[in-house]
Amino acid sequence: MKTQLMSANYAAARAVMSARVEVVAAYPITPATTVPEQIALLHETGQWPGQFILVESEHSAMFACIGASSTGARTFTATSSNGLLLMDEALHWATAARLPIVLANINRSVSPSWNIHVTHDDSMSKATTGWIQFYVSSVDEFYHTIIQAFKLAEDERVLMPVMVNADGFVLSHTLSTYDYLEPEEVDKFLPPYKAPHWVMDPKNPVSHGNIVFPEHYMEFRYAMHEGTHNALKVYEEVEREYKKLFGKYFGGPIDCYKCDDAEVVFTSQGSVAAEAKDAIDELREEGYKVGNARMRMIRPFPVDRIRELGSRVKGFASLDRSVSYGYGGPVANDIRATMYNTKHRPIIKSYIGGLGGRDMTVSDIKEVILDTVKAVELGETGPEETWHDLR
Amino acid sequence: MVNEVNIDPKSRADMPTTSYSKPVIGATGKTGSWRTFTPQIDYDECSRCRTCWLHCPEAVISLDEDGTPHIDLDYCKGCACCAEVCPKKCIAMIREGFDEEESV
Repeated sequence: MKTQLMSANYAAARAVMSARVEVVAAYPITPATTVPEQIALLHETGQWPGQFILVESEHSAMFACIGASSTGARTFTATSSNGLLLMDEALHWATAARLPIVLANINRSVSPSWNIHVTHDDSMSKATTGWIQFYVSSVDEFYHTIIQAFKLAEDERVLMPVMVNADGFVLSHTLSTYDYLEPEEVDKFLPPYKAPHWVMDPKNPVSHGNIVFPEHYMEFRYAMHEGTHNALKVYEEVEREYKKLFGKYFGGPIDCYKCDDAEVVFTSQGSVAAEAKDAIDELREEGYKVGNARMRMIRPFPVDRIRELGSRVKGFASLDRSVSYGYGGPVANDIRATMYNTKHRPIIKSYIGGLGGRDMTVSDIKEVILDTVKAVELGETGPEETWHDLR
Repeated sequence: MVNEVNIDPKSRADMPTTSYSKPVIGATGKTGSWRTFTPQIDYDECSRCRTCWLHCPEAVISLDEDGTPHIDLDYCKGCACCAEVCPKKCIAMIREGFDEEESV
């Protein structure tokens, strides 16, 4: 392990090297960030020995990944915003075909209005595809979560693709230190991918993507649901092993900070969630019993963890850097749904903020949390959602 | 269940986690029943050039050693590609259910 100074883009490309990815298919032009460019460079300079397939669109990129993964190759791609949206059909195909592809998505605002900064609308709109979804808060976490993602996706109890999301610009284009692992070190954690018996192999021909009539279609869909659902349990094992081998642990599906005695807990995804720790520290100094729950995994949704946390708090201040247009923030809505079937019903407030890369500073986060503290004191939930810093 | 495909599973336990199939002849029945026009080779005219065999999209044309083509009508869908490519134009497409006498 050695410490390097890089952007999340460059670190993601190094994760491809460390995890001994065999095939990358990508469309390296805007809105994609420099992840594919870096992979191409690592390939050209002989540092990464895999196959790099240049395609003409993100739709083709994901389908090339599907083809490669079907043959049993460890496969990766990276994209952003409208590029992810162009992949849509293929994203659904990858989950139903049970292919453990890993996708690094740099969250960038969906156009129009065009902008290369962070909004989570791109990936949140893919929450029902079956892809397992992580949101990270640092370059180091991005790099290591990509490596972990292969282990999780390739587990036969899961066999579902994984999307690891990192905030555009804030993580993708700023430099930070991270701990790089040589492929030889990662070998201890991540053995070569052993594909299931329906792997595409000319010596044993099978056809994939067959027609399935109503008698059996539902059962295949249930199996997908089960696979994604199993990721919660399997990821616990993955993290435990990773911690043991490399001393890295990022907090499970929900990384809690000072939540044990908290009355109000702030939840969010991505880099804001790291910033929020400072807000919590300042509010604690001011005498507020508040905590931070950083949502790392939103699919499968960590229902048990939220209920366990929710059973102890009086309120959630749930910030989404995304909107489910017409009703609230996507993750806030999931928290509300999760808590409905419990006896203890804390106040759950949905906040929308930081869209299009607008800064969510420590004082912004404090304002959001204090708004929920006030709602708890009054015993009134207030509006269905609150747009923070709406001018 | 490695390499065995159960085409009529009774429950999830008998199913793989994704749909796939092994190549078998006529997995979905005799597709020749879809045919509207039936190819008919005039063997007196046929030059045994194998062009029809090469172009048949369903690969249902087999050849004798001398190149004489035979069309498997159980699976021929009657697409007429063979008739189209035949350099001697000696493959006729006959509408199913009609013969020359009936069409008079």
